[in-house]
This record gives sequence, structure tokens and C-alpha cells, in this order.
Amino acid sequence: MPFMPVKFNLQKRVKLAQGLWMIYWLSVIVGILLFSLGIFFKIELRKRSEMMDNNESHLVPNLLILVGLLACGVNAFGGKVCHDSLDPIKFAKWKPMLKPFLLLCCGFNALLLLTALLCFLMQFAVYLTLAEGLKNSIKFYKDTDTPGRCFMKRTLDLTQIEFRCCGNNNFRDWFEVQWISNRYLDMSNDLVKDRVLSNVEGKYLMDSVPFSCCNPGSPRPCIQHHLTNNSAHYDYDHRIEELNIWTRGCREALFSYFSSMMTSIGVLIIATIILESVDMAGLKYLTTALETMEDPENPECESDGWLLEKGVKETFGDLLAKLKTLGKTNQVVEGGDAPEAAN
Amino acid sequence: MALLKIKFTQQRRVHLAQGLWLLSWMAVMWGGVIFCLGVYLKTELLRRAEVMDNTEIHVVPNILMMVGLASIGTNWVASRVCQDSLDPTRFPRWKVPLLAWFAVATVLCCLLIAVVALSYALQGSLEESLKVGLRNGIRFYKDTDVPGRCFQKETIDRLQMEFRCCGNNNFKDWFEVQWVSNRYLDFTSKDVKDRIRSNVDNRYLLDGVPFSCCNPTSPRPCLRYHLTDNNAHFNYDYQSEELNLYSRGCRQALTDYYMELMNSTGPGVLSVILIQLSVLLSLRYLQTAVETAMVLEDPEGDSEGYLLEKGVKETIEDLKINALTMLKFGQVDPNAAEGSSEVADAEKDEKDAPPSPAS
Repeated sequence: MPFMPVKFNLQKRVKLAQGLWMIYWLSVIVGILLFSLGIFFKIELRKRSEMMDNNESHLVPNLLILVGLLACGVNAFGGKVCHDSLDPIKFAKWKPMLKPFLLLCCGFNALLLLTALLCFLMQFAVYLTLAEGLKNSIKFYKDTDTPGRCFMKRTLDLTQIEFRCCGNNNFRDWFEVQWISNRYLDMSNDLVKDRVLSNVEGKYLMDSVPFSCCNPGSPRPCIQHHLTNNSAHYDYDHRIEELNIWTRGCREALFSYFSSMMTSIGVLIIATIILESVDMAGLKYLTTALETMEDPENPECESDGWLLEKGVKETFGDLLAKLKTLGKTNQVVEGGDAPEAAN
Repeated sequence: MALLKIKFTQQRRVHLAQGLWLLSWMAVMWGGVIFCLGVYLKTELLRRAEVMDNTEIHVVPNILMMVGLASIGTNWVASRVCQDSLDPTRFPRWKVPLLAWFAVATVLCCLLIAVVALSYALQGSLEESLKVGLRNGIRFYKDTDVPGRCFQKETIDRLQMEFRCCGNNNFKDWFEVQWVSNRYLDFTSKDVKDRIRSNVDNRYLLDGVPFSCCNPTSPRPCLRYHLTDNNAHFNYDYQSEELNLYSRGCRQALTDYYMELMNSTGPGVLSVILIQLSVLLSLRYLQTAVETAMVLEDPEGDSEGYLLEKGVKETIEDLKINALTMLKFGQVDPNAAEGSSEVADAEKDEKDAPPSPAS
């Protein structure tokens, strides 16, 4: 008993072939879209790689690029098959390749599913990489004379300005590191000596933040220094002041940016999986309809199309039996069982 | 003696019509591109409208948008004419509209050339407008509690950060205005009282700049206050410090940005002028060739196409005479009033008809 049989006459077959051809070309466009999204994601990761300690994993964008290219190829081939399907001479060329092609599509769908899963799961990895990377960025902010780190200050400043954030968790992260290089500190000054001696590691710590933490929307000119000292500024209470500097941390800001990108790419991949499944079902119907024509010379005759030749359970049973026999061919069986097992 | 005569066989006429149809659709597409360029330029100008004093420069994107739309319509009409040109029953109805079409196409080309000239000529006006607008922006920076000006601070801060500039001409413009609001000044402090008394207008002036002037590429954390005092900061020399703040003025930065934008539209506009001119000339040839073919005994035979029926001088003479007769039409001639009006009518009809071969 075939699984989901449908009767086809000539008109239905022609319509199916045309519709399927259009859906295949739509899938090619979706493949191109996936490819360009992969490239875009890769570029964004590279742009922010200094914030992530150059440690970030490029697995997801690389997979996306691969999947996009594969989708273009597979769907273009499917479109060509549909285009030739109503001409029996041309179609005979493609007939032997159809079974492996459908198996390839199944494998491709599995790869798409894996990519979608990775899009959702790798967000955790991005979060952890960001936390570690930002901590180091803040630590190396002052090292503008160390080769390999001289642009950290500029990158972190521009990131804080662009993403409207300050520090790792919040602005207090700047109070815990020395972000002014010793080159610009007058070590003979008493104030400086006091601050340096006030902590175990001899760091020049202060309750100030860099200028890139300033919020332009504040009605007051930005207060960067002596943030926790209310008497240092006129009419200032650091507990209720909200608009002066950005309150959000850069880890949260960058993570929400990347996670929204990855989530929307994941949703698009799921839509692609559905589209590919529709393609596969349509192609299976078309090929079975063309194969079961009672009178191949008469194009007007009726035919049947189906998804699976036997029911679902029986097809699975057959597959399992085949797998078992594949395993058994390598075993040496006593007596004359080997040729039977091979059959 | 007709100007630039070319012989056309039936085959050549058909090819000309087909080629012109394709060319006019390409011109429609380019008209759309010009329209989009105009829209983009207008949005960019509107985004920074707060720091511009007048809107004279808006004439450039307005003309671009108008010309883009007009060019789409005009070239679509040209494609319709091409489609009808090889059908002798449908072509004659285009006789009069084609005159109007030629006039409109010439006007469009002239407008496009004017746009290119204007975009250079208006640079001075743009700079003036920016100078006044930025000066006001810097003056009203502190007025975050005055309705209508409360976003001036945010606008100027974001502008300076985005365009990497400081002040109007340079950062010293900030030394001449009070950019800290009185709400945040402690008038009991000696320092504040000294500064206020140090100038005639009782303004709190300081040698400091807002944070948005800070240059992120500086190796040193940004120094914003006491900029002219070398002793206020360790290892600091006011004269030789270059990277600390942005050195460019915002007027210069914005002018450069808009000039670059308008210059980049230059090649697009020039190619549209070329395409429009070629559509104009080809349509003229097609029109004259098809009309001469229609009056021949054998419509499929050879015909001549030309740009002007008579030479340039004679055509201008003819136009002058027609124009004068038009003027005379209004005058009252006591002797032969009816006769002259009839003659004027006949000549007016002749003027309306395209310069076609004498039948």
C-alpha cells in the first residue's frame, strides 16, 4: 500500500513540474541568502574579534557559507531535472541519478538541522567568549605602547560609543583596573603616590571612567571623574544620576546584538528545511508519476504518484533489514549461510 | 538642405525601432536611479537639518527627483512611440505629441546640466548655512531645559562623534561660549565667581571642550579641561598635542561630506544626459524616416531620415517668422483684419505640424 498516493493526469503532471521548477529556483535564492548571511556574520565576528580575545569560534558562519553553496547547487540541479521532466528523452538521462539525489537531499536536510541547532546552542559559547574577552580588553586599555595591543584602546572606545555601553557588567569595572598608562602619571606627585600605595598591587585606581562611557543624551556636561564623590560636583548625587554615563554593560549589549543575529539566522534555516522538504516531496511525486505511466508512448495517460512505495512501517523494516545484511556481509558464516546472508 | 541625412531601408527602420525601444527602457531605469539618488541626497540633508541655517542647497536633490520622475514618464512615452512606429495606422496620432516630447526632453537635458553646475555653485551657500547653524548649535548647547532647544546638546555631541570633528572651525570655538549650564555651576565657589567676572558678558568661559571632541585613537586618556595650561597635566604640551582631540572643524567635515556625496552622483547624471540625448536623436531619425516612408508609393521602400528639414540657419529663420506672425495675430490690422487672421491661422497650423517633407 503506497504512502499518500495521488492520481495524476497529464495536466496535473505539467502543473506539478512547473510549480516545482519555480519552488526550486526560489530555494536557490534562499541558498544565496544563506551564503551572504554567513559572510556577513563572519565579517561581524572579525570586526569584534579584539573584544573576544581573537578566540571566537567561526564554526557557525563557515557552516552557513558551506550550506548556502550546497543549497544553490542542489536546488539548481533539481530545477534542471524538473525542467527536463516532461520530455521523456531528456528525462531518461536523469532517471538513474534520482535516487542518489534524493538521498543527498535527505543528508542536506540533516546538515541544515545541525546548523540550526548550532545557531541556537553556540550563543552560550559567544557569551562566555565575550565575558572573558571584555575583561582582558579593559585590562589592556592602557597598553597603547605594547605591540599587538596598541589599538585596544581605540577599539574599546569605539565599541562603547557604538553599542552605548560601559565596562563589562557595568561602569564599576573601570574602577578596578588601572586604565591610565604609567607614562602619563607624575610619580613624584603626592596624590598619585597615595593612590598607588592604597592597594596591594600598586595600581593607580580611581573612581573614573573613560570618555567613551559618556551619554550624549544627558542634560548635563559629562562627569567622568570622581563619580562616587557627591561633593566633587555641584548638585550631583551618584545614586540617582542615571543619564550621565551608560548604565548597560558591554557584554550584555554585544551579546544581545549577536544573539538576535544568530536567532534570526536559525529561524531562516528552519524555514529553509521546510522548503527543502517540500521540494523533496514534490520531486518524489513527479518522478513516481512519470515512472508509473501505463503507456509511455501516450503522454495523456493517467499515472499514480506516491511518497513511499510501501507504508511507513514497512519501509523502515526494509531499511533495517538492509542495514543488518550490510553488516553481515563482512562476517564469515559457517557452511553455506554466507551466500544466503549476502542475498 | 536637410541636416545630417541618413538613408533608411525597411530593415534599418525596423532595427532602429527595436534598438530605440530597448534604449528607452534603459533610460526609464536610469531615470529611476536618478530619482533614488535625489531621494537619498534629500534624506541626508534633512538628517542634519538642525545644523543648517537655510535650505538653499535642497534645490539640488529637488531637481534630481523631479527630473528622475519626468525622465521615467518621457522615456516610457518614447517606448510607446517606438512600438507604434512600424504600424502606419497607429503612428500618425503621435505627430503632434512628438513635438511636445522633443521640447520636454531638451528641457530635461538642460535641467540635468544645470544640476551639475548648481552642485558646485551652491557650495559657498552650504558653507555659510553650516557656519550659522553650527554657531547657533554651539551657543545653545547648554540650553537643555529650554523647549525647542533641549536636544541641541545631543545633536551636536552625536554630530561631533560621527563626523570626528570639534567646534565650528576648530576646538577653540568652545572656549568662546559658555557650554555648561548655570544649573550646574556653584556660584558660591571662588573659581566660578572669578571666571564669570573675567569677561564683560558674565559668562562662565573655560578652556575646556565637551567629551564628544575626544579622539579615541589618542594613546592617552582624553584631556578635556585646562587645555591651554601645560602645567595642569603631566607630560603635556598644548602646542604639539595633536591626537588628543579632533583637529577638524565640523563645518569643514560636513561640507566635505556633502560635496563628496554630490560629486559621486556626477557620473550617474552625466550618463543619464548622454542616454537622453541619444534617445532624442534616435527618435527624431525614426520619426522622419517613418514619415517619409509613409508618403512614398511603396511604404516598404527606402526613405531618408534627418534631424532638421532645412539647415540650421533656415530653421531658425522659419521659427522667427512663425513667432512674429504669432505676435501679429494679436494685433488689430484695420485693412485686412480677416485676411491676416486667416493667414495667421494657416501659418499657425503649419508651425504646429513637425517640419515634415513637403507633400
